[in-house]
Amino acid sequence: MNNPLEHTWQSVMDQLKTWARINSPWAIHFNSGSCNGCDIEILATLTPRYDMERFGVKLQGSPRHADILICTGPVTRQARERLIRIYEQMPEPKFVVAVGSCALTGGAFQGCYNVMGGIDQVIPVDAYIPGCPPRPEAIIDGLVKLLGSLKADGAPERASEPPLAASVLEPSS
Amino acid sequence: MQVPIMPAKGEKFIIPIGPQHPALKEPGHFEFSVDGEVVTGASLRLGYVHRGIEKGTEGRNWVQTLYLLERICGICSHVHATAYCLGVERLAGVEAPPRAQAIRSLVAELERIHSHLLWLGVAAHEAGFDMLFMHSWRDREIVMNLLEGLTGNRVNYSANVLGGVKCDIDARQTDAILAGLEHLEDRTRHYLTVVTSDVMFLRRTRGIGVMTKDVAEKLGVVGPTARASGVARDVRLNAPYAAYDRYPVELITATAGDLEARFIVRVQELFETYRVIRAILADLPEGELTVRMPRRIKEGETISRVEAPRGELFYFIKSNGSDTAERVKVRTPTLPNMASVLTLAVGHQLADMPMILAGIDPCFSCNDRMIVVRDPAGRGAHWTWDDLREYGIEYYR
Ligand code: SF4
Repeated sequence: MNNPLEHTWQSVMDQLKTWARINSPWAIHFNSGSCNGCDIEILATLTPRYDMERFGVKLQGSPRHADILICTGPVTRQARERLIRIYEQMPEPKFVVAVGSCALTGGAFQGCYNVMGGIDQVIPVDAYIPGCPPRPEAIIDGLVKLLGSLKADGAPERASEPPLAASVLEPSS
Repeated sequence: MQVPIMPAKGEKFIIPIGPQHPALKEPGHFEFSVDGEVVTGASLRLGYVHRGIEKGTEGRNWVQTLYLLERICGICSHVHATAYCLGVERLAGVEAPPRAQAIRSLVAELERIHSHLLWLGVAAHEAGFDMLFMHSWRDREIVMNLLEGLTGNRVNYSANVLGGVKCDIDARQTDAILAGLEHLEDRTRHYLTVVTSDVMFLRRTRGIGVMTKDVAEKLGVVGPTARASGVARDVRLNAPYAAYDRYPVELITATAGDLEARFIVRVQELFETYRVIRAILADLPEGELTVRMPRRIKEGETISRVEAPRGELFYFIKSNGSDTAERVKVRTPTLPNMASVLTLAVGHQLADMPMILAGIDPCFSCNDRMIVVRDPAGRGAHWTWDDLREYGIEYYR
């Protein structure tokens, strides 16, 4: 981008995109082995008492339309591949929110043979919301903080380095 | 979701659904073979949320296991803990005091309210009736508040401890619960009208997924799904546990066996639940909340059954006299009910599948257990304990 005009144009577009994203992030929810406790609290945040849609957050089905991946539960060996696949299918820039103690560290299921640990063992995580399960207020707080950090510089600071290597993604049938 | 490729002539379309799918909040993988719009076969793959909890109990002591088992399922955590506590108490030869038993039943019934309202919402959402979803979840917050006030947490309440319960109930909470029930009863009456009279909704439920009593008995379905087909099966009545002999429940059944009947049975169960909660609150025995439990549990084995919101929950607990369980086996209600989905699916429109699935109130996190899909050693379908042990050791070598 040598042309200064083009440069300005690009940065204006970027700002516009960030603005749009902050005001209406679309989220997708994936349960990679949770006990459902966190899932029902995420659903509860969408319902009238908490109403996450106030912040423009909309839960929808396809990873290809999503900006935010909300993960619950520890990663089980079965769900790992799917989790990676869903993450890969999301368009850039993408953000991952881990909800619940399980998603942070494996929580109560630490040491179970089919559990690999927290979400950040498999994909990079941008925001961690602790609790078993976190209250809907906490989930909203976490999401709003994530959006706030976007506002500041366009990208949240990654707490963990992406462990994704090309070899991780085994082609699945 | 993969898009099916054009099949060769004479073959059928196979539509794979899941594990991540907008209609299902939990991971489960279905394959429906269809002829046009009509489903001709269904198969299911479970196990995405298998965590190895039963094995995990072997590395934890009796008390730690309680909190692990409670997290088998976040929707009906209390019944898991109750089943486990009742079993372990029986093994140890102690009995929780009457007040504790009554509070166990009370929390279980509050949990049933929350679970049925949750289900009503989710099922309505599958039918495209989001208004009902939002309404029932708004009303569900009332009982969530009550549960939180009673136990300190909205989900995974941990009301049980081995030998009793951890939370008492005072006059203020009693009043709050009664006031909450008042409102909920009113709303439930409204929901009953909606599910029996809304024309659009009835087109999705009436006559869909009909399961006759014979089929229901043959498949061994449990809980409200069975009761909607006229099977009189409820552990609270057949084998009263906790305080249910003191506060008896009345059986709610229907005969139609279709989706509408499942809605009606569950909504009417709510009224019964309100009545039982009022009975418990009106006649709460005084006394202690806990008894002393030994650290080591006497050698022996026992089974323990309770009625979860989705049906019969079964625990087998074996102790070898140490401070950990030798074996805990759990059978959750969704597994027997899941068989009915695969049977009922055949002959229905593909568009009815989410509703038929929602009709049993599935809970995958309870459901996922180890299954042997492939048998490399050619050992046949039955594995002995030694086989399994050997396999486990080999696997981790
Ligand atoms: S953090 Fe707690 S509530 Fe959430 S999935 Fe894990 S065990 Fe369940």
